[in-house]
Amino acid sequence: MATIVFTRALERFLPVPTVEVEGETLDAALAAVFTAQPGLRSYILDDQGALRRHINIFINDRPVRDRIRLSDPLGPDDEVYVIQALTGG
Amino acid sequence: MSDRIHVGTHKGLFELGRRNGGWDIVDTAFLGEPVSAVLDTGERTYAALDLGHFGTKLWRREGGGDWREIGVPTFPPQPEDAADDPHPWTLGKIWALEPGGKGDRLWAGTMPGGLFRSDDGGDSWSLIEALWTMPERRQWWGVAGGEQPGIHSVLVHPEVPADIRVGVSVAGLWASTDEGATWNIINQGMYNEYMPPGQQGDPIAQDIHRLARCRAHPEVMWCQHHNGVFRSEDSGANWREVTAIRPSKFGFAVAAHPTDPDTAWVVPAIKDEKRIPVDGKVVVARTRDGGESFDVLSHGLPQRHAYDLVYRHALATDGEGRRLVFGSTSGGLWISEDAGDSWHTPEMRLPPVNVTRFAGA
Repeated sequence: MATIVFTRALERFLPVPTVEVEGETLDAALAAVFTAQPGLRSYILDDQGALRRHINIFINDRPVRDRIRLSDPLGPDDEVYVIQALTGG
Repeated sequence: MSDRIHVGTHKGLFELGRRNGGWDIVDTAFLGEPVSAVLDTGERTYAALDLGHFGTKLWRREGGGDWREIGVPTFPPQPEDAADDPHPWTLGKIWALEPGGKGDRLWAGTMPGGLFRSDDGGDSWSLIEALWTMPERRQWWGVAGGEQPGIHSVLVHPEVPADIRVGVSVAGLWASTDEGATWNIINQGMYNEYMPPGQQGDPIAQDIHRLARCRAHPEVMWCQHHNGVFRSEDSGANWREVTAIRPSKFGFAVAAHPTDPDTAWVVPAIKDEKRIPVDGKVVVARTRDGGESFDVLSHGLPQRHAYDLVYRHALATDGEGRRLVFGSTSGGLWISEDAGDSWHTPEMRLPPVNVTRFAGA
């Protein structure tokens, strides 16, 4: 089971506890998260299901490669970090 | 007369009410979050939050109850034959939010330029496909205050809910008389100074900043355009430039008197690249004779070293045309009780203001 950790910046909108999910790809793992928490999907993905422009995902210490279809493979002990780019103002 | 003003800013929503004979902030919501649109129907209040990283979200409050997140306009899957669309099939920002005049209907105008309709008070939305997929939309280019075209004005005929006019930044005025099933671009008489000579009058090349309509005389519309102020007496089909505008013809906002077709207000600024008040003086220009002449109103407004700019949704009048409010990029907020003759500012320093709106208007 991969572990998914979400940026704390999301906590002001909705609960985002760290979760462990099944999934052989990032897309499958996120789909499992969104099944349990449908309202979270639109905070991470855009209307076409791609990663939002200023959201990044790291699988262990590597940034996700496929931002459109999220097809990056996941291993059973992978740690996935969903973070936001920092912009000011 | 409305006793409630909503002010959507770069860092939250502020509600002003009457207190001790004046105006004061009586409620705040979404502190720290950008609010791009607000609507108060009298029963429900809506706020669009432009969360940037996390996308745009729409919240609703029933009466004076709690806010809760509701549905948001969402684009359908992008088909293969639209893969070359220069604009994204994903919601950027909600830029206009208007009641539909029929049951729980609402209209939302957005960046990148989609128009959406809800018939259940905002719980669910559908894209108006006829406007989004028409070939002419590929000509909607320009930066619209961001990176995309945007629908900033949605004017629903007060007696005919099926009749809608939408203003598109850098792409003219589009009309439908069948609830959005079919569309035509209709604006004649405007001009775009920056196009090649033969194309300056092309309707689709017009950078309409904002549209306003006289509710009691819906055939009368006003337009603050990139190149000047225009007025129509036939629901937007033909426009005449209002050349008496002073001290400048440039600006973003316009408000129409709800019952007097000859009265409207704009907030002039130095045109084009500079976009600051003329001579460092914040003024409001008002016409009461259909644009033949203007009063430049400044009583109570800063007249020295003032660099406030007023965005296109940041000027509003109430349902009677006596009360007005406008907010600025510098966080200034001014309210008039006398149709603009005099202005006062409550004690507050707000974040940059995106939108102001009276409840019920």
